Amino acid sequence: MQELIRRYGISLSVMMAAMTAFWLLALVVIPNLVLFKFSFRLYLPVDQLGGPNDVYTLKNYVTFFNSPIHINVFFLTILYSSLVTIICLAITYPLAYILAKVLKPTDTATFFLVLLIPLWVSEILRSFAWFIILSMQGPLNAILTGIGLIDKPIRWISGFQSVVIGLVYAYILFMLFPIYNAIQALDTNQIEASQDLGASTWRTHWRVVIPHAKPGIASGCVMVFMLCAGSVVVPTTLASTNSRWFTEIIQQWMFEGLDWNVGSAYAFLLLALCILFVSLVMRVLNVRLVDIAK
Amino acid sequence: MSEDVHLSQICMDFGSFRAVNNVEVTIKPGEFFSFLGPSGCGKTTILRLISGFMEPTQGAVKIGGKDMKGIRPNARPTALIFQNLALFPLMPVWENITFGLEVRGVSKEIRRAKAEELLQLVDLHDSADKRVSQLSGGQKQRVAIARALAVEPKVMLLDEPLSALDLKLRQHMRAELRAIQKRTGVTFIYITHDQGEALAMSDRVGVMSQGVLQQVATPQEIYNNPVNGFVASFVGENNVIAGKVTSVSGGMAQFETAKGSFQAKLGAAVGMGDEAKLFVRPEFCSLRPANEAKVNSIPVEVTEIAFEGNFVNVFVRDQAGDTHMVQVQNDPSVPPPAPHTACQMVFNPESCMILSEAATSRHGH
Amino acid sequence: MNSQTFAKITMRVYLALFLAYMLLPLAIMGGAGLNNTRFPSVYPWVGITDRWFIDLWNDQRMWGSVRNTTWVALAVVFISVPIGTAAAILLNSVKPKVRSFLYGFMVAPILTPGAVIGISTLLFWNSFGVSAGLYLSVLGQVSFVAAYVMLLVLARLQSFDPGLEEAALDLGASHGQVIRRILVPHLYPAIGAGAIIAFFQSVENFNVTLFTRGNSDTLTVYVGSKIRSGITPTINALALLLIVVTVICAVTYEVLRRRAEKRAAALVVAED
Repeated sequence: MQELIRRYGISLSVMMAAMTAFWLLALVVIPNLVLFKFSFRLYLPVDQLGGPNDVYTLKNYVTFFNSPIHINVFFLTILYSSLVTIICLAITYPLAYILAKVLKPTDTATFFLVLLIPLWVSEILRSFAWFIILSMQGPLNAILTGIGLIDKPIRWISGFQSVVIGLVYAYILFMLFPIYNAIQALDTNQIEASQDLGASTWRTHWRVVIPHAKPGIASGCVMVFMLCAGSVVVPTTLASTNSRWFTEIIQQWMFEGLDWNVGSAYAFLLLALCILFVSLVMRVLNVRLVDIAK
Repeated sequence: MSEDVHLSQICMDFGSFRAVNNVEVTIKPGEFFSFLGPSGCGKTTILRLISGFMEPTQGAVKIGGKDMKGIRPNARPTALIFQNLALFPLMPVWENITFGLEVRGVSKEIRRAKAEELLQLVDLHDSADKRVSQLSGGQKQRVAIARALAVEPKVMLLDEPLSALDLKLRQHMRAELRAIQKRTGVTFIYITHDQGEALAMSDRVGVMSQGVLQQVATPQEIYNNPVNGFVASFVGENNVIAGKVTSVSGGMAQFETAKGSFQAKLGAAVGMGDEAKLFVRPEFCSLRPANEAKVNSIPVEVTEIAFEGNFVNVFVRDQAGDTHMVQVQNDPSVPPPAPHTACQMVFNPESCMILSEAATSRHGH
Repeated sequence: MNSQTFAKITMRVYLALFLAYMLLPLAIMGGAGLNNTRFPSVYPWVGITDRWFIDLWNDQRMWGSVRNTTWVALAVVFISVPIGTAAAILLNSVKPKVRSFLYGFMVAPILTPGAVIGISTLLFWNSFGVSAGLYLSVLGQVSFVAAYVMLLVLARLQSFDPGLEEAALDLGASHGQVIRRILVPHLYPAIGAGAIIAFFQSVENFNVTLFTRGNSDTLTVYVGSKIRSGITPTINALALLLIVVTVICAVTYEVLRRRAEKRAAALVVAED
């Protein structure tokens, strides 16, 4: 703070500090505290507010733990979000390596320029695109029956398969960019030194490239998992009755049940899940928060 | 222990650009050989061709008589020390050193012992578990050498590894490298643009310019008998006088110039009647009183004295206004002449050479 | 064919497949906006029509949502860019301990699901009597968009030499002048990029908006409700238009970037 004042004077420092404080307090920290508080209060008619029933309680969380369906949906959301994260990682790691170390830099620039298009098209349209592709009369079934691979159209939008397909498509670029950035920062001499010392391609990746790309991998995994678990759009568009997503249940409480207190308890569970995942990734991959959020 | 390296008629093209042109040289087993040249002369390309990161457009790289064509870097009996060393920052020192053994499936105990042994060899004790970032420049240098030695290469390739060090340390590491090379007996191929490094360390030096190997010889030979003007002026200082060869007898010739007639050794590619240049090193010149008659003398006036410590550079101007440099030992009992003194610059016919000015060029063939 | 050329071909094929994977779905979706069928599809192809564009043009609700989206996005840009920039400058001149502490809070909104941000914003402002509406959507979006701006500006600050500020102060500049004439011009590229990202993040946003919007529509909410209630190819027509706009933006951006690069290269040559 002293350095800030020395560099920019008192009035400007106060102004910048005030703006930062407004952001962090009014938009980030306190709303989350309010959410937390709300999740321990009951949804009451107006005349009972402040009355004997207006107390702190765990009832909203008990609602969750007493509902096998909701618990099931919660864990399926975790399971399939993890699956999507792994698929995205498997597809993008080789891609990021090729783009960063094999392709000519001008070609890589063009490649990324083209990728701006899907990146800038909103995720709701991107999942809608797959809704069209996967529909019964859609182009995928048409092609597959056309070349004789299947006899009659498959119902793709069923179970979690369509959700997984849509989530991978919607969020894969959030895995590609951080891994690319990390590998790109690796000195090519390191790769050559490893080869020169006799390491095979696999060994070079395992011992030199992947350890270096770890912060990027961590960043990509955290982003993709968080976006998947918190996705509203993709499950709404591509899920069917036998595949529900945790955010859909939160929406139910908020919009249909109109019980914002239970809703905030569920939202807090989702937040806790994401915090847990971030700390798990940081622990397993041994990276710091600064490395993840760049 | 070590193998010879034979570069057989090697050419390397990048598109229409010929980076290496018809290089033919055999580096003997156990030799310390340097490729010396300015940046862009093709020396780094040669290193990458030997290590296998590139394949030559024409010609062959043979190590120990075996053609290396199609053999990838990880299967060649070479070890490369990179200009920036390329130590793995995420591994401790000992894992760095034994990485080459790790990939060959050597057990951890043996690797650990080997690391300690190599650290002894390069004079770096108690550093096995340090991180690379904790080491000083010279220590990193030693780790890089140890890492390359660990795989017991037949040939060690060094790409200007000393260029990042400060002068004192650089001079120390020269001696160190030379000692390690003698101790291990491995063939060293060293790339540098620093003539001092090349001359001080090497058994033989190959001077390169524009993709062409200009001269391969011992350091003394390179310095005392350069084959052309490029080698002469790239390695050391010269006073240069243009003129024409008028008579030749034995290895000596008479050379007519605007500044007078001189006797000098006749260089390779120069003959009777050729336009050429006379090259003479500053330390082979001396200053004499103006009235003494001498062979190979030019009347001059002293313009400036630059004291360098162990020697003194005396700058003189001849009657045509050209500046020359005379280098004399620092001797307080014999002070150099003061500025504006008229005198003559003289040099021995045995210590000057008539050479063609240009280097053999990339497109000369 | 040796193994190296084989590897090269495999890589090319992989890159091409990935590009196709990223682009084909968009082409199919956009193409369906031109097909003369009631249900959006490119197969079977009945024939080109402009009726979905005309339907879209006549949809008053769509126009309302476009106006709302623009309003929200501009508001988000004007609030989040100054906040993010101020936060980055502040972060850059505090002690390392304070720095990493603040940094954690600043990047947290990026790692928080949009639904959580939306609900917490809604609850917080509700307790002050502010009911749901586009104002809340703006505040909710600012909470994470400011973090993106902060990261961009912070990265740019790494290449700033604080000696320049001291030189300016030494020459008699006021603190305000130092920021206006020395610091901010250095940050322009990051601030510009931050503004563009803020705008697009806001336009694209669905999750935060969904919980905070009240009864107002934004473009994404409009598309979302259309998809839920009776799909017609007007959505595809809209998607096609958005893709075209995106392509134009991307190409313009690249042309400008290349021109700037050329100019910089020319400058270097001139200095030589």
